[in-house]
Amino acid sequence: MAPPLIELREITKQFPGVLANDKVSLSLKPGEIVALLGENGAGKSTLMNVVYGLLSADGGEVLVEGEAVHIRSPRHAIDLGIGMVHQHFMLVAPLTVTENIVLGNEPTRGGVIDFKQAREEVREISRRYGLAVDPDATVRDLPVGMQQRVEILKALYRGARVLILDEPTAVLTPQEVRELFAVVRSLVTEGLAVVFITHKLEEVMSVADRVVVMRDGRVVGETRPQDTDTAGLAKMMVGREVVFRVEKPPSACGDTILEIEDLRVLDERRLEAVKGVSFTVCAGEVVALAGVSGNGQTELIEAITGLRKVTGGSMRLKGVDITHAAAREAIAAGLSHVPEDRHRRGLVLEFDLMENTILGDHRQAPFAKRGVLDFHAITEVTRKRIADYDVRTPSERVKASALSGGNQQKLVLARELGRDPDLLVAAQPTRGLDVGAIEFVHNQILAERGNGKAVLLVSLELEEVQSLADRILIIFEGQIVKEFTAGEASDEELGYYMTGGGGDKLTSGSEEVRADA
Amino acid sequence: MPELVRVQSSSRLATVLRELAVPLVSVAIAAIIGSVIMLIAGFDPLAAYAAMFKGAFGSGRQIGETMLRSTPLMFTGLAVAYGFRAGLFNIGAEGQLFMGGLSAAWLGIVLAGMPRPFNIILMLVAGAAIGAAWAFVPALLKAKVGAHEVITTMMFTYIGRYIVSWLVTGPLKAEGQIPQTNRLPVESTLPKMHEILPFLTPSRVHLGFVVAVVLAFFIWWVLKYTSLGYESRAVGYNPWASETGGISVSATTIKALCISGALAGLAGVTEVMGVHMRLFDQFSAGFGFTGIAVALLAKNNPIGVIAAAILFGGLSAGGGTMQLEADVPQKVILIIQALIIFLVAAEQIARWIIGRTGRRGAAENAG
Repeated sequence: MAPPLIELREITKQFPGVLANDKVSLSLKPGEIVALLGENGAGKSTLMNVVYGLLSADGGEVLVEGEAVHIRSPRHAIDLGIGMVHQHFMLVAPLTVTENIVLGNEPTRGGVIDFKQAREEVREISRRYGLAVDPDATVRDLPVGMQQRVEILKALYRGARVLILDEPTAVLTPQEVRELFAVVRSLVTEGLAVVFITHKLEEVMSVADRVVVMRDGRVVGETRPQDTDTAGLAKMMVGREVVFRVEKPPSACGDTILEIEDLRVLDERRLEAVKGVSFTVCAGEVVALAGVSGNGQTELIEAITGLRKVTGGSMRLKGVDITHAAAREAIAAGLSHVPEDRHRRGLVLEFDLMENTILGDHRQAPFAKRGVLDFHAITEVTRKRIADYDVRTPSERVKASALSGGNQQKLVLARELGRDPDLLVAAQPTRGLDVGAIEFVHNQILAERGNGKAVLLVSLELEEVQSLADRILIIFEGQIVKEFTAGEASDEELGYYMTGGGGDKLTSGSEEVRADA
Repeated sequence: MPELVRVQSSSRLATVLRELAVPLVSVAIAAIIGSVIMLIAGFDPLAAYAAMFKGAFGSGRQIGETMLRSTPLMFTGLAVAYGFRAGLFNIGAEGQLFMGGLSAAWLGIVLAGMPRPFNIILMLVAGAAIGAAWAFVPALLKAKVGAHEVITTMMFTYIGRYIVSWLVTGPLKAEGQIPQTNRLPVESTLPKMHEILPFLTPSRVHLGFVVAVVLAFFIWWVLKYTSLGYESRAVGYNPWASETGGISVSATTIKALCISGALAGLAGVTEVMGVHMRLFDQFSAGFGFTGIAVALLAKNNPIGVIAAAILFGGLSAGGGTMQLEADVPQKVILIIQALIIFLVAAEQIARWIIGRTGRRGAAENAG
């Protein structure tokens, strides 16, 4: 039997106030896919950053092919045959695929980069591992899935024998996920070992040979997909039973809260992204806007929330015209917004939790009186929100950037729901969250519905749409092409309309439906 | 509960210390490198620093001189720091300062014969207003068409300086050969501090120093405790999240750059009203630009600006004594100033040194 490519022995890593890794041991053999499963903040990324030389461990040792090494830097890790693809890609957008791949290891001839040879080498690797990609394409023009492929090729080009993928599916479409899994399988047949960091249970079940579950910085269990199921994995990961499908009473649709008529919105390139959309959301109802990313959802949401100019049509919130309202006026009219990108739009990461809690309400009572902030009231409300929404934090004075993704999202929810809005617009509210946090967010959304609020949900996750929505609107190329009531349509049907299908030529297999995309 | 409170206050103290560490270490390293340079050049660094310290703080007169020199830097440092907090680089504080100085030189003559407190208040307000106005056009361009403020405020500095140049040689020129404006009547000048604090006699430090210090605390309060300051900081950190939270990014940008301009304008007013009593071409020794260094060293903290301005003022005041007593050329001061700015800007160098010396202590704290 071959020795493990990498063996970690009792790795310990301490951050101020947190024991991120507590004597974690793990070994990787050639030809296996190991899923490192755990909630956000369980210590998975910390562990892999130690292996990749980004962090240095406080205790324990790393053995590469049986030899103890101290990995000082990513460069050193690469020299030892360890490659890592980060969640956020580290590519130079204006350069070509080849240029990106050879960057840092350029083949040269007399001091000049030999692009011909570079391109050949890239072709060769891409052929060998079945990672089709155009070596001359500009990275900026590639879809996300392709960019990820370039990242993988970059690691392979540098001779990686162990490949660490940090939440590789977070940004991918279902189609791209399947392609990635095929790539990963072909890599291990070539004798590589792949570590797959994730918190998505289905992925673990479908791709991993072995699952190592982490919780609170410790390895809490190890299993094989064939010996367990998603419920079993979830229990290991969270430490308690998790309910996947939330139960909800039938909708009691009240007054019409949001009315949108023939709305037209342009995107950044000044092309029409929303082409005459009309719909309503009533009190006590969750309306989900389902669609493949890039079909006008972002522009539609930005128009409703006052962040983007409207070129045609009208919008009313509780009868008040908000067609040309700025964000401030929309908030005043009773709107709350959980933005798609919480780091960019949801939070000011450098602000502490108190300052983030008042964003949007920082001009009025109880937070401000005649332009002066009242930190007694702010502290009190923030503490209450932290408690009500179970935001795990050492204090209300830490910066938002110090929280884990799930807790950041809870903070955004706490702020937006704490405002007691009439309409909640939630764009991908569970993106990147682990099952525990997803369950929490879903329960909060349904609680709002139960309190007679209107909820507009935008999601790319069909499971989320199916379990929360009372009505499902399918958006495709800037238009609403189909409407379903809850439970009326299967995932396949939704997928069919989301990818531009129509009429009654509905095919049965989901594979075929997705192939249309 | 008491335990929780203690944890918080100690962590707040730790935050303050962490914030202070980089500037302090930077100043220390700059002093060390400065002494190496002096050794190489054949001077005695200990004697030089001793003379410098004596020159800056050795007597009431010298303390007064340090205060005098730190005053305009405090205003311009605050100006640049406020801009930075809102994500704006007001590199044109010098131009706003010139316009503030111009307004004081003109208004001070117009107001001759009026009561002194009235003149002082009106001239300060007017100077702040024209400083803000001088920043308003670049601010508007930034907010509406995205023209970068580094270019526009710089260009407005040239415009301001040449307007002053023209006025002092032409329309506003006093009788005589020298291109300067008429001397302000006493009721249009700032009182000397030694009239209140005799131990500062006979230094030239004027009431502007007090105005600057009070203003620094006020700006600190505005940034931290008002909706206006909150919006400025929010936009500075993350304009997208600010926009989503209903903050108008363009309005906040305009307000912040105008506040910055007003603060810089006050530097010009107080120099004219407190030091020169008139306006001429060279009345500012590049205070608008040194203000950038002051803001950097202060890490854009208004209270820090007070300390940084006094340090720079002290270096400048002590330089003369150093040259006189230790026979070290005054230019060494410029080298040390440059080193401080370099080290603060290249924060990682100081962080690395702090990391190496402070690691054990930090580990103990964490455990």
